[in-house]
Amino acid sequence: MKNEFQVIADLIEKDKKVLDVGCADGTLMKFLKDNKNTNIRGLEISKERVHECIAKGLTVIEGNAEKDLKQFPDKSFDYVILSQTLQAFLNPELVLYELLRVGKKAIVTIPNFGYWKVRFHLLFKGTMPITKTLPDEWYNTPNLHMCTIKDFFHFVKSKDIKIFKSLALNNLNSSIINQSNLGVKNLFADLGIFLIEK
Amino acid sequence: MNTEKNIKTLIVNKPLKLDCGKTIKDFPIAYETYGSLNSKKDNAILVFHALTGDQFVAGINPVTNKEGWWSYAVGPDKAIDTNKYFVICSNVIGGCMGSYGPSHKDPEQKIFGTNFPVITINDMVNAQYNLLDHFGIDKLFSITGGSMGGMQVLQFISNFPDKSKTVIPIATTSSHSAQNIAFNELGRQAITADSNWKDGNYTSNDTNPGKGLAVARMAAHITYLSKKGLQEKFGRKLQEREDLKFGFDADFQIESYLRYQGSVFVDRFDANSYLYITRAMDYFDLAKQFNGNLSEAFKNTNAKFFIISFTSDWLYPTQENKDIVIALNSIGADVGFVEIESDKGHDSFLLDVPDFLSALKNFLDKSYEEN
Repeated sequence: MKNEFQVIADLIEKDKKVLDVGCADGTLMKFLKDNKNTNIRGLEISKERVHECIAKGLTVIEGNAEKDLKQFPDKSFDYVILSQTLQAFLNPELVLYELLRVGKKAIVTIPNFGYWKVRFHLLFKGTMPITKTLPDEWYNTPNLHMCTIKDFFHFVKSKDIKIFKSLALNNLNSSIINQSNLGVKNLFADLGIFLIEK
Repeated sequence: MNTEKNIKTLIVNKPLKLDCGKTIKDFPIAYETYGSLNSKKDNAILVFHALTGDQFVAGINPVTNKEGWWSYAVGPDKAIDTNKYFVICSNVIGGCMGSYGPSHKDPEQKIFGTNFPVITINDMVNAQYNLLDHFGIDKLFSITGGSMGGMQVLQFISNFPDKSKTVIPIATTSSHSAQNIAFNELGRQAITADSNWKDGNYTSNDTNPGKGLAVARMAAHITYLSKKGLQEKFGRKLQEREDLKFGFDADFQIESYLRYQGSVFVDRFDANSYLYITRAMDYFDLAKQFNGNLSEAFKNTNAKFFIISFTSDWLYPTQENKDIVIALNSIGADVGFVEIESDKGHDSFLLDVPDFLSALKNFLDKSYEEN
């Protein structure tokens, strides 16, 4: 399992009710169900992935986060997870508010466009950056709204969203992000993981 | 058509008060079972049939000598694996395969015809509930069915919220739409317009409104298929002829196909049953039973739901299935949903659609493992 998922799982206590938005093949859901006794649901847009989840015995709803989150009542989940998908929505701001409405807390991870390799790629090659977390070409990437850890950090602060924990992930290492080390983490982490509440 | 010796029948002595206000008692429910009930009695699946189905889900139907209507899905090693599960299916009341219906006789030994009470989906499931007592089953492992079978699934779990662990409504709706009612009315009009219908008393008049019933079936059959499916299978292909004949014979293969579907249907189905069952479907509006709030229908159940729709089903389209998902999510129920890609229309649930069958199998088997 991806180190990112391990870090996310560590943020969730046992026996909680969790919604994984864009749950893909259900790897994280299965881990949470088996190891944290999580009452877990998934929302996934790809039929193929939905079938993979069903084959794992997971409860998943085929749907689109931008349209289908509204059916869930306020604070009906302890946690709502959104892993590396925020940047792919037409309106990430609205989706973020929906996550915070449906979940008591939300865990959002973002591929960091401020990562040094991304910056170097653009600076020296002069072409759109391709990295481990940003594997697609400019013409076929699903990503519409790339941001950096710093952008996201500032954004949530400006919207009065409470950050419980923010973590920078670089390969296998995760470390706490705070106001004072934000610039450094924004340079050296390829992924940001935020535990937030509104 | 209802006293064949291959039909197993449960006589329900307990009076059943119908939605129309009348009470029936000592009435027969015809059923069939597949597989065997285990000692814990926790492996039973109650299957509900659709409009023209019957209790013969799998194997060879002993009355028609054709394959059971859900042979693709039910049987040894199939999606609903009869090596593992005990499958029960019964003919709905109002039907014509042995359960109490308009072709039965009233207490004065006169065939009911249209004097049979109008029944509802609610009446159907309340009648079938007696099968649980009959088999000594406290809680079913699953209930499932497509189309009108799905309506019965929804009504059953609403009426008996703790009687099934899992719930699988397929290609269905919680409320019959104007379009659904319109197509059913077309079928009913075709039957009652047949001069052989004789106000429903065709049996005592020794006639049969076969032409009307065949037209009803032809019209309905079109609604079970998709435009794309029809086009690919038939297109404008001609029926055993080189060119158009400039007449009203079946020039096109699709005409010949529909005529055939109509004619074989007449051999196995009762015209009055068709009237009664389509009426029950039209009256179905689960939300209305709960003052317009569909979620209320499910608020007392902890069952695990899995809802399945098909992309090319325009009779009970995905959105109507999703409305059920939305109602369940709004009360935090355990619900999964998938829309299966298929160009076979509403009939997809009856056919060999591998994605559907594997999803059904995976859901059942994984849920059973967690038992």
